[in-house]
Amino acid sequence: MKKSSSATEQTLKKMNWFDKLAHPGQFLKWSKYLVLPLTIITILLFTIGLWFAFFNSPEDYQMGDTVRIMYVHVPNAWLSQFTYMAMAVSAIGTLVWRHPIADVSMKVAAPLGAAFTAIALFTGSLWGRPTWGTFWEWDGRMTATLILLFMYLGLIALWKSFDDQLRAAKLIAVLTLVGAVNIPIIKFSVDWWNTLHQSSSISPSGIAMPPSIYIPLFVMMFAFTFLFITLHIVGMRTEILRRKADALERKSLNQNEKRG
Amino acid sequence: MSMKPFNAILIRDIKLASRSFGDVLTLVLFFIMIGVIIPFAIGPNKMLLASIAPGIIWMAAFLSSLLAIDRFFRADFEDGSLLAMRHANISLSAIAFAKLIALWVITILPLIIATPILAMMLFMDFEILIRTILSLLAGTPALIAFGGIGAAITVSLKRGGLIAPVLILPISIPILIFGISSIKANAGIGVESAAMLFLIAISLLAMVFAPFAIALALRLDQE
Repeated sequence: MKKSSSATEQTLKKMNWFDKLAHPGQFLKWSKYLVLPLTIITILLFTIGLWFAFFNSPEDYQMGDTVRIMYVHVPNAWLSQFTYMAMAVSAIGTLVWRHPIADVSMKVAAPLGAAFTAIALFTGSLWGRPTWGTFWEWDGRMTATLILLFMYLGLIALWKSFDDQLRAAKLIAVLTLVGAVNIPIIKFSVDWWNTLHQSSSISPSGIAMPPSIYIPLFVMMFAFTFLFITLHIVGMRTEILRRKADALERKSLNQNEKRG
Repeated sequence: MSMKPFNAILIRDIKLASRSFGDVLTLVLFFIMIGVIIPFAIGPNKMLLASIAPGIIWMAAFLSSLLAIDRFFRADFEDGSLLAMRHANISLSAIAFAKLIALWVITILPLIIATPILAMMLFMDFEILIRTILSLLAGTPALIAFGGIGAAITVSLKRGGLIAPVLILPISIPILIFGISSIKANAGIGVESAAMLFLIAISLLAMVFAPFAIALALRLDQE
């Protein structure tokens, strides 16, 4: 027992700082101290953001109170794309460095991305009813977001249909990257096809909003981004622990077979 | 690189398909039947059918190609040919490229040849028919390329039959959009040719890059 622990220590010494951080066992150790602070930051940001959004921001001169849906809608729409980006980066990690932590990160991000995308679509349709007069419209951005949701759901279904999660990770990484290459093409094609959605109000040339609206919006975007980071880390911890439990179970079953 | 093994794979796949002619016939029947059940669903209105005929034909081709995805690598995977191909003296990507071309010839080409039958029953203009055939010729290689990626990723799954189409459908939507836009007679000036060019661009890019993705997936699957 002692010998094996010193062997682990030796391999740990050989690793550089990044390998140490990314080693699943080490990850469990250091990420433990992150969960609580991240949760507190997220709650604080949400408290400030929601207070601004509900009580301390003006009504829109055209849309009235419904403009407040934006404070939930826009951050979720942003995260629906950000999460795919995180997944694509993890996919590169899986394919290039073959790192198990990248597998775990990719797997955990998929349901989160699906949830953010679904909320973006749902709040969007709630917002669309009073302002455009319809819950759904085949407009470029909405259609692209819907397709993104299907991509997330397809990836989740694919994760579920593999028994061997290590093999699944590599194959799903290929598909994730194929999807990442396709997202710009899909966006371009559906925009080209039909466009109703207002164009982005935040662009490199400036912000087409007064500060009383964009400050709460930015706070809410940070709040949701921190929510994603927190959930992602907690999800990764759960997944690593689950895999450890599975491995232990298999080990004990093997031992029982040998004995019996 | 000699072209001999490449041609050998290509000819082998086409020969195999022509020996079991039933598969090709079934797919063509499926394609025609989709077009035939639509009038039952929406009524035999001549004007309406003629106006949506290009869409129906594209949908039929789309669904038929999804149906064909599953048998892409399945037989080769099950009888071990795929394993042997990994040790061939040409790269797996080249083999995947040959198989993509073969699959296009044995699944899509018969559908395109059968298109005039559907066109006649859906009261299509001759000019629109020609445009539809051109857009199918330009767009279906991309459909097959994406389908090949889906098939390669799900080849080892026993119940992969349904999941590959679900994965491939969302990323194939641009093909459908540009395919239909390149047919529309009432689209603005230049729009049709732009759509056609986009369609050809997607097909060419997909046919170039898909073999590498397919080879990567097949290699990872058997590690």
